[in-house]
Amino acid sequence: MSKFYGVCLLTLLGFFGLSLLDVNEYIFYAGFIVLQFVVLATAWNILGGYAGYVNFGVPAFLAVGAYSAVVLFKWLAAPLLVQILCGGVLAGLLGLAVGLLTLKLRGIFFSIATVAVVFIMETAVNNWPYVGGASGLQLTRPSVIFVFQNYNRMLFFVMAVLAVASVAIARYIQTSFLGRGLRAVRDSEEAAECSGVPTLKIKLMACTISGALMGVAGAPMPMYMSYIEPTSTFNLSYSISALGMPIIGGTAHWLGPLIGAVLLGSLQQVVSVTVSNELNVLVVGVILVLFVVLAPEGILGLIKKWTRSSK
Amino acid sequence: MDPILKIDQLSKTFGGFAALNGVNLTVKRGERLGLIGPNGSGKTTLINCISGSLEPSAGHIHFDGRDISAERAHVRTKLGIARSFQIPKPFSSMTVMENLLVPFAFVTGLDGPKERDKAMEILTRMGLADKAHVQSNQLSQVELRKMELARAMAASPKLLISDEAMAGLAGAEVDEVLEILFDLSASGITIIMIEHIMQAVMAFSQRVVCLDTGQIICEGTPQEVVKNPDVQRAYLGD
Repeated sequence: MSKFYGVCLLTLLGFFGLSLLDVNEYIFYAGFIVLQFVVLATAWNILGGYAGYVNFGVPAFLAVGAYSAVVLFKWLAAPLLVQILCGGVLAGLLGLAVGLLTLKLRGIFFSIATVAVVFIMETAVNNWPYVGGASGLQLTRPSVIFVFQNYNRMLFFVMAVLAVASVAIARYIQTSFLGRGLRAVRDSEEAAECSGVPTLKIKLMACTISGALMGVAGAPMPMYMSYIEPTSTFNLSYSISALGMPIIGGTAHWLGPLIGAVLLGSLQQVVSVTVSNELNVLVVGVILVLFVVLAPEGILGLIKKWTRSSK
Repeated sequence: MDPILKIDQLSKTFGGFAALNGVNLTVKRGERLGLIGPNGSGKTTLINCISGSLEPSAGHIHFDGRDISAERAHVRTKLGIARSFQIPKPFSSMTVMENLLVPFAFVTGLDGPKERDKAMEILTRMGLADKAHVQSNQLSQVELRKMELARAMAASPKLLISDEAMAGLAGAEVDEVLEILFDLSASGITIIMIEHIMQAVMAFSQRVVCLDTGQIICEGTPQEVVKNPDVQRAYLGD
């Protein structure tokens, strides 16, 4: 087993141990959100960072995961694992469909098309009474499984597993043929195609994997809140955060979104508790502007620069 | 020599503008073909259609006995067509070596120490061995041009299209690139050279084709083409 997978295993053991400790429940509440952002930012970076296709449709993929979980729970009382797997598959299929329709577009046109997907899906959910329509749906959590004290702690650990898995997937992609091809696409799509890279195929793969990971991040969300409604689920601030976190951490490396999500996600939680919830978006906005202007390659870029200059 | 490339009645229109109008061209295996013409004559459109960057509006392209008119560019690269670009398009986030490993990985499907050795061989042949681990956005203009030719070579082409590989280079640098192209031709690769530097085209080409307003107006040996009144008119006017 490589060093990386050893660290992954140790991290998971650490999260598992933490979820059993007798500590303040807020840690699990806030930790779930931060870990969910790790998944979202990592997923966004597979298409946005590696290939340079800026996807603003994050809430649409998240919502597919969340609403498919709700439907499965309400209809079949499906267990959480089934909800997550189905959410991932359906969001992956949405990614494939969106990719087929939009990946021939480039730059701002692709981004606008992904925003349109959010509005289309939100309208559909608003008019779907089975999942509560515009007013939303209250959910009753099932009993806790395994050794966890309560459902929040279990969801915290589940999200930790998803976060570690998504980081491992992003790392694998980065070091594989797919990652090299996506980097080539980002630098010059025409040169990539003329170097033998099947650009459309690898972009579709990236869009599908990215969408599937966003879907799995959304699936545990309804049970976490015991409630679901479209206004907050389809909130475009998810897109801003999922885009901002990799930019702050650095989009060129799998570590970038992880660093950005942990730093920004934790800061948002601190601001929420100590100042106000509304200030969250402002925090993301200000930090994002600062990084875009002063450190466009993110924290990893800064570290690289410092390392070079100190040699 | 049998033809490696055969173009029949190729046309490309952009809206109402015909950039190529019924072009017929045959390139023999191992040939060094010069493609000239004034700005806007359709040279780059023609090679974009051959490499697959543009879809022709009408006509057919046969490469190595196969109709490739409907194939995407990456398939054509795998079949043996590689090119450089008029304005260099390096993979700027990668090192020079990594730039070459992209075609190695996607054309041959391999990415091991052997491929790295082969990439280093190509870089040495191009005089870029000492730049292998330099970020490609740090290269000078002549190094970029050489790297583009090296990246094209990494796809093991049968046909190499050099699109103004000498543009913006000084005298000695032009000679360096020309020497590389002669070397590649000597190894059996068919080369189509698009160039505005006439001395280079005349020295390199066995045959020259001149395009004007999307049509071939003359083809022949360099000496024949230079003396052709239609070519002189296209460049100098009436």
